[in-house]
Amino acid sequence: MGVRVIKTGLLTTIQDLGRSGFRKYGIAVSGAIDTLALRLGNSILGNNEDEAGIECTSLGPTLYFDEGQLVCITGADLSPSVDNMSVAMWKPVFIAAGSVLSFGKPKSGCRSYICFYRGLDVPEVLGSKSTYLKGRIGGWKGRALKKQDEIKFCRPYVGSKREFRWCIDTSIYPDLSERSIRVTEGPHFAQFDSPSLLNFLFNTFTLSNESDRMGYRLESEGPLRIKDQREQLSTAVSFGTIQVPPQGNAIILMADHPTTGGYPVIGQVATVDLPLLAQKTPQDQITFELIALTEAHGLLKNKNTQLNQLKRTIALKYE
Amino acid sequence: MNLSDSIKYYPLGDHAVVLCFGDVISKEVNNRIRNVAACMDNMNTLGIIEYVPAYTTITIYYDPLTIGYEAVLIVIQHLLENIPSCLEQQSLEKIIPVFYNGPDLADVARYTGLSQEQVIRIHSESEYLVYMIGFAPGFPYLGGMDKRIAAPRKEVPRLKIEAGSVGIAGEQTGVYPMETPGGWQIIGQTPLQLFNMNRDKPSFLGVGDRVRFEPIGYDEFLHIRKIENGG
Repeated sequence: MGVRVIKTGLLTTIQDLGRSGFRKYGIAVSGAIDTLALRLGNSILGNNEDEAGIECTSLGPTLYFDEGQLVCITGADLSPSVDNMSVAMWKPVFIAAGSVLSFGKPKSGCRSYICFYRGLDVPEVLGSKSTYLKGRIGGWKGRALKKQDEIKFCRPYVGSKREFRWCIDTSIYPDLSERSIRVTEGPHFAQFDSPSLLNFLFNTFTLSNESDRMGYRLESEGPLRIKDQREQLSTAVSFGTIQVPPQGNAIILMADHPTTGGYPVIGQVATVDLPLLAQKTPQDQITFELIALTEAHGLLKNKNTQLNQLKRTIALKYE
Repeated sequence: MNLSDSIKYYPLGDHAVVLCFGDVISKEVNNRIRNVAACMDNMNTLGIIEYVPAYTTITIYYDPLTIGYEAVLIVIQHLLENIPSCLEQQSLEKIIPVFYNGPDLADVARYTGLSQEQVIRIHSESEYLVYMIGFAPGFPYLGGMDKRIAAPRKEVPRLKIEAGSVGIAGEQTGVYPMETPGGWQIIGQTPLQLFNMNRDKPSFLGVGDRVRFEPIGYDEFLHIRKIENGG
């Protein structure tokens, strides 16, 4: 008993916090691109923060509930509604058996998460329920959800409480209209010529239409050029690595990125800003702000402290 | 901190450290990296998530909420100081049949000043060593390519490269196990499945294998592909 897919939406996949430990075999980590939204959604339901949920992209799916379930929708506001009545995000919502969850016009951001009480019952592949699209493994049959797919819940919601009047303080979640993305220097930063570094740090970059879960291709006014154009040896990369192919347009690697790459790396997005970046959509504009490694670590720790406080507050509400 | 005279290190963002063992591909550097990797397999330090060996580097991923950058370096230094100098290395010979009909074969020939037949002959005469697996599941990075057929990566990566495609990038050659975007010059295609989750060993190749490419015709390509797909 669970949900049945009536309409698929643009790209709808099952994701948890990813598949680590297999990068050395070339297997991408995958997982929710906006990990903060998934962690928050799970936390609001009192789940472990790494339970699998459904990641929706710009145009959300339409899902039929053949059993009642407690859900929480977080991340981008893609105008969710239940039986055509607008439904609140960032709080537990009970969806009754026979009801239909659907999405409308994207209002802010591009990736919304539907988290379910105690998660979704799909098999773990290499320790994770995340869908790795290129590898065709994990999630539901290694692919995006299709019409008529039936995804089971791990557990039915047996609580008597169906109305939740509380809401969380969403100030922990980034303002999705923010364009500035914080980065640390990449291994090849100093090898770029000065016009390129000025361009990188002071100009605006536009996400091209060729931007997906693997990477965002960026367009800018001037190309980024490395002083010494010799071929680089392939080496490991990461979520948020900003690499620059010879034609000079940067690519930011995202959750499904290849494990290694051979292009010079000008910068690396600070982990704390990956959720904001995850919500950018083709034709959105971003700028880069250079910060030190210690600052990146400090920002991440602050964010985690905030999240832990929020989890304690939520735990009290369920007592 | 100074890890060792011959090892450089630098951060890759706020959750990874790169150890660099040299500037050029060599069997010695690869051996050293395989030794360090073998030791890391037995290591169990809270906050150190995993590592990825490459031609001249090992990248170590850590959780900055559990362990700091400096602490990671101290752990690595301790590991490097206690490494056995030589480990027994397994090396298997693997044959990869290739139908040399790639869309970039003519470009590689033009760039190198050779005929297409010469490119094929040189590519299939050498023995290659699997230096690393990366980029995509089971994708082998091979060393030992003849420099005469070296050709730069494509200026703009292709959005779609077919599974089994055999490519050249600089002085490297490799095979794409699955359909993916990529920037390598494609010179041919193998009917073998290099990665299949349903097999006991999903990856056909392993680090340290010795590989040869064997030119085949289109009929043989179709025949082998049929067998690989289960008859």
